[in-house]
Amino acid sequence: MTYLDHAATTPILPAVAEALTGALTTYGNASSLHTSGRLARRAVEEARETVAAALGARPSEVIFTSGGTESDNLAVKGIHWARRAKNPNRTRVLVSAVEHHAVLDAATWLAEHSGAEVVALEVDAFGRVHEDTLRAAIAEDPESVSVVSVMWANNEVGTVNPVRELAAACAAHGIPFHTDAVQAVGVLPVDFAGSGANALTVSGHKLGGPFGVGALLLGRDVPCAPVSHGGGQERDVRSGTLNVPAIVAFAEAVRVAAADRAERADRLAVLRADLVARVRAALPDAILNGDPGESTVDDGPSRLPGNAHFSFPGCEGDSLLMLLDAKGIECSTGSACTAGVAQPSHVLLAMGAEPAIARGSLRFSLGHTSTVDDVDTLVEAIGPVVARARSAGLAGMRRAKSRAAAEV
Amino acid sequence: MRVLAAMSGGVDSAVAAARAVAAGHEVVGVHLALSAKPGTLRTGSRGCCTVEDAHDARRVADLLGIPFYVWDFAERFTEDVVEDFVAEYAAGRTPNPCLKCNERIKFEALLDKAIALGFDAVCTGHYARLAQVDGRPELRRSADLGKDQSYVLASLTAEQLSHAMFPLGGSLKSDVRVEATERGLAVAEKPDSYDICFIPDGDTRGFLAGKLGERPGQLVDDETGAVLGVHAGVHGFTVGQRHGLGIDAPSADGRPRYVLALEPVSGNVRVGALEKLAVREIIATRLIWPSGRPIEGTVECVAQVRAHGGTSQATAELVDGELLVRPGDELRGVAPGQAVVLYRPDDAGDVVLGSGMIVATR
Repeated sequence: MTYLDHAATTPILPAVAEALTGALTTYGNASSLHTSGRLARRAVEEARETVAAALGARPSEVIFTSGGTESDNLAVKGIHWARRAKNPNRTRVLVSAVEHHAVLDAATWLAEHSGAEVVALEVDAFGRVHEDTLRAAIAEDPESVSVVSVMWANNEVGTVNPVRELAAACAAHGIPFHTDAVQAVGVLPVDFAGSGANALTVSGHKLGGPFGVGALLLGRDVPCAPVSHGGGQERDVRSGTLNVPAIVAFAEAVRVAAADRAERADRLAVLRADLVARVRAALPDAILNGDPGESTVDDGPSRLPGNAHFSFPGCEGDSLLMLLDAKGIECSTGSACTAGVAQPSHVLLAMGAEPAIARGSLRFSLGHTSTVDDVDTLVEAIGPVVARARSAGLAGMRRAKSRAAAEV
Repeated sequence: MRVLAAMSGGVDSAVAAARAVAAGHEVVGVHLALSAKPGTLRTGSRGCCTVEDAHDARRVADLLGIPFYVWDFAERFTEDVVEDFVAEYAAGRTPNPCLKCNERIKFEALLDKAIALGFDAVCTGHYARLAQVDGRPELRRSADLGKDQSYVLASLTAEQLSHAMFPLGGSLKSDVRVEATERGLAVAEKPDSYDICFIPDGDTRGFLAGKLGERPGQLVDDETGAVLGVHAGVHGFTVGQRHGLGIDAPSADGRPRYVLALEPVSGNVRVGALEKLAVREIIATRLIWPSGRPIEGTVECVAQVRAHGGTSQATAELVDGELLVRPGDELRGVAPGQAVVLYRPDDAGDVVLGSGMIVATR
């Protein structure tokens, strides 16, 4: 199997699997006061310190959650609610137009059910939010902004945002800035304190950790209301019995991700450059979407090192995906709805792509298990696959035309 | 063969796919997303393109061990089936959307894509028997006459049929359900779908009113020309309809009135006595010959003018490129827009000779 979908999820790292299985057989509720409880609590707090150290945060800023979606919802809704409770004029939620649905839909929900006004921050043709765009949006009425959320790096096209500048633009007005760093951790220099962000989302399974665990890094002074209510285990902001084995394994994954980050990023960037060059050589009309990845943003690469996102004109993404899948090559067409229907990506549309072009797109994402063999396999297959998908894409149009002519 | 199995999430297409796998074909399952706004798990399963149906199809594919994808044909379906359905009613005709879906979506949009992607055939759970005889397709009624769907497949060309596969044609529906249970398919007990899939509440008149709005017209006595009432649009009526005409006063002779004709330009709906519905001649165009061979001379056959019932002994001939069908028995309620399908009676399943769209009756 040629797995080129690390942005969807990553194979678990052996050391993480070991940490997970080792912790599974221990027992004790981390909130219990007896010996077993204390042992569980100790494992959680050590994990908290590990995550904090790896991501430039203080341990007290780490809130363990069930993953990226929960962290995003907690940040967007929780900060909005808490800030608005203090000042009812704070109704505006500023999010980039290319956010993951966990942020976008949380903000939309606030608009539909909680009286918020969502402002979608425009992006450039690479999918990047410019500092000026954010500053201008804030300046329209700084007092009315409850929260700003812009992702560290885009999950579809890999473009990295200037998080430090965006955070500073918010800080100038005392507005909390949240960033979804799910794709960034492990390949970009993510430093919570250094970034100036007030809240940051990280997910376990995107970096060789287990599913169903992640964290929200939340500054101590950032007001945040809980989304679900209960025991208040995590700073009274997040309730639920702590998932000790998952948290222990997650911490190990974050530790490895940060420790090996530079070496991994360099290796993936070389592999990715090779992949892009050879796909383009095979298919000169393939369009690489997103930042070309040749510059730097905040001292790191301007594009996720493992991300290659192409549009293949005249093709439909679902045809490409099926044909590659049949050859054992696994990739993604972008966002999918619950029925599994490929929709034209909101990210590409926000970048100004034609819907037909957006439909014919594929994301190849490299990660810790990727090798040059994977790239070789893809490069060998992609030419014939695109040719075949193109004939399938054109088949429908041809039939429609000939039929119309026959009926005239 | 490389076979693309269209899987609706129902029991029939599930067993059809299972049989294609069992026959040794290389099968890939595809669920067609046809609705621009698919139902949710909460709204439950009615019709044929809810999230729950996609899930059911996926679980069958899992069990069969075949790859499975959901392909979006909502745009094509809306244009070629739903909009056509509405336009036909607006024009005073009575369309059959299932027939149109087979003709334009399953065995055109999907089949074309499948062929281009390297498949040899599209497999569905339709009840009709299909064989190749001397290199030509031969389409027959299914063994289960109660479920026979040859009428809604008769508008497929020989080329389309040569790439079609209907594994259930020789089976009874009851046996298909038993087989689904034996194969452990969770959809074995799923109820049949009867409604038009894009009108899940079954309220066709309400659906059309929503699309076409009010287009008021008059109900006119076909005999006397007297205006008997008003209506909200010809799209609310079908030739042969008796109930729901909205006429308060009884007819002069006290006998029930039926819709005889729809006149979209004037907005008139002509009504009259039952015997006026009797049709002696049917004219059809857009002729399709599933075997690839048109009829020659005057042919004795059985004609069917709607999906369920409406059959008669008949003679058929081609006159100036149009099909002229003369039913031997009295056929009533023959609605323009429906298909007329000609069958050659046969003990091994009546053979489809051809079909056309009814444009006029006399």
